[in-house]
Amino acid sequence: MKPAPFAYAKAKSLDHAIALLAHPDGEARLLAGGQSLMATLNMRLSAPKLLIDLNGIAGLAGIAVKNGAVEIGAMTRHAEAERSPDIARHAPLIALAMPHIGHSAIRNRGTLGGSIAFADPAAELPACLLALGGEVDIAGPNGTRTVKADDFFKGLFETALGAADVLTTIRLPAATNDTRVGFAEYARRHGDYAMVGLAASARAAGQRLAGVRLAYFGVGNVPVRAKAAEAALADGSIDDAVMALATDLAPSGDVQATGATKVHLAGVLLRRAAKQLTETRP
Amino acid sequence: MSGHDCDITLTVNGERVTERVDARQTLVDFLRDDLILTGSHVGCEHGVCGACTVRVDGVLVRGCLMLAAQCDGAHVETIEGVSDLGEIADLQAAFEKRNALQCGFCTPGMLLTAQELLARGGVPSRETIREQISGNYCRCTGYQAIVDAIESVAQTRAGAKR
Ligand SMILES: Cc1cc2nc3c(=O)[nH]c(=O)nc-3n(C[C@H](O)[C@H](O)[C@H](O)COP(=O)(O)OP(=O)(O)OC[C@H]3O[C@@H](n4cnc5c(N)ncnc54)[C@H](O)[C@@H]3O)c2cc1C
Ligand code: FES
Ligand code: FES
Repeated sequence: MKPAPFAYAKAKSLDHAIALLAHPDGEARLLAGGQSLMATLNMRLSAPKLLIDLNGIAGLAGIAVKNGAVEIGAMTRHAEAERSPDIARHAPLIALAMPHIGHSAIRNRGTLGGSIAFADPAAELPACLLALGGEVDIAGPNGTRTVKADDFFKGLFETALGAADVLTTIRLPAATNDTRVGFAEYARRHGDYAMVGLAASARAAGQRLAGVRLAYFGVGNVPVRAKAAEAALADGSIDDAVMALATDLAPSGDVQATGATKVHLAGVLLRRAAKQLTETRP
Repeated sequence: MSGHDCDITLTVNGERVTERVDARQTLVDFLRDDLILTGSHVGCEHGVCGACTVRVDGVLVRGCLMLAAQCDGAHVETIEGVSDLGEIADLQAAFEKRNALQCGFCTPGMLLTAQELLARGGVPSRETIREQISGNYCRCTGYQAIVDAIESVAQTRAGAKR
């Protein structure tokens, strides 16, 4: 199908984009990589009156490591993060997740900011942001603010972003020698959204793990922390952690799997990710 | 630039083109309907099948997920241009030799996607080749012959370099 008619505006700056979002006669939408938005427009699942293209704005893309954090500009393409030595070294969880996102041509256009703003419950990056305890910077008509990952995802495709807000930066704690990460997902075909996936991070504390954060995706309306399993894993028992998933997760079934199958898969993925968490960093 | 009509000037296969397009027109529809470059195909129109794959500023993209209006100032390359330059003549010959196409609907996108991987050099594993073409659906061949063709070209190109 073809999209319903809309007007197109290329934003010249962040302020210009925010001003355009206040479009008076109907809904305006930001266009980042277009890899989710264009598909929904083509299928007429959404019909905004104005598309505001972020692609021409200087300074919204790029990766920087500063003050113990990795800062990723919203318009950074998946492909750039996939190839970035800074991401590989300082945000290894993102590096593990990247190849699972769609296909090469999708990653060439899709952006990290778009993925987190879109907040598909089966997407990898929102769960990574949550597992790492990261945060995002948001610019809006009343200035800028920072929102923690734990407070960002509100509901199905619903986030802390308001109608006139632009997500500008993703900030993740930079990995240290003690940082351990794990990533595992189950999808029917390469590049599909996951049936169930898990992004995990922890700190090595002697022989044990501390600060375990397990963020599941594909099991609810938002990425879900498995807090009982986190505690069990910090106590050193993977079996208890897998058992705890039955209380942590309550996925409803979808076209791909029943809720019970998803909980089972979540346990399989936890064993894989736990193995990665306990391996020493190369 | 803001509105339903957008004036764009871009380079398509080395030629400068100036057109007025509807804001909602996708790049692949612009190429096919306005420029009559019908080598890029339209399948699913939501990014899944890969039939519409073209290059914009040297980068492989989905023609159905980009607007023509976004291509003002861009360099667009389609299967027609890449074929004419002879860049993938060996790959095309290998596809023909190994029956890596039947109806040919997926072929233009498949060739450009394969070339993105081959251009990085070396001989990728069959696993890597499969991963690279995982976003390009072929309903005819069963993929085996396509992987064979891509692998053989990688080997020949690597051999030719030594
Ligand atoms: C075939 C296919 C397979 C895919 N597979 C996967 C997959 O396995 N995993 C996965 O995670 N994703 C997958 N994707 C989606 C892809 O990762 C998208 O690129 C991503 O979800 C959205 O990013 P985008 O830059 O393309 O955003 P767009 O599509 O441009 O925008 C998405 C939404 O976010 C809003 N938005 C974008 N940027 C901002 C911003 N800076 N501030 C505020 N709002 C913003 C837009 O207004 C829009 O509502 C797939 C896509 C396709 C077509
Ligand atoms: S038509 Fe563009 S990916 Fe199918
Ligand atoms: S040859 Fe027919 S779809 Fe691939």
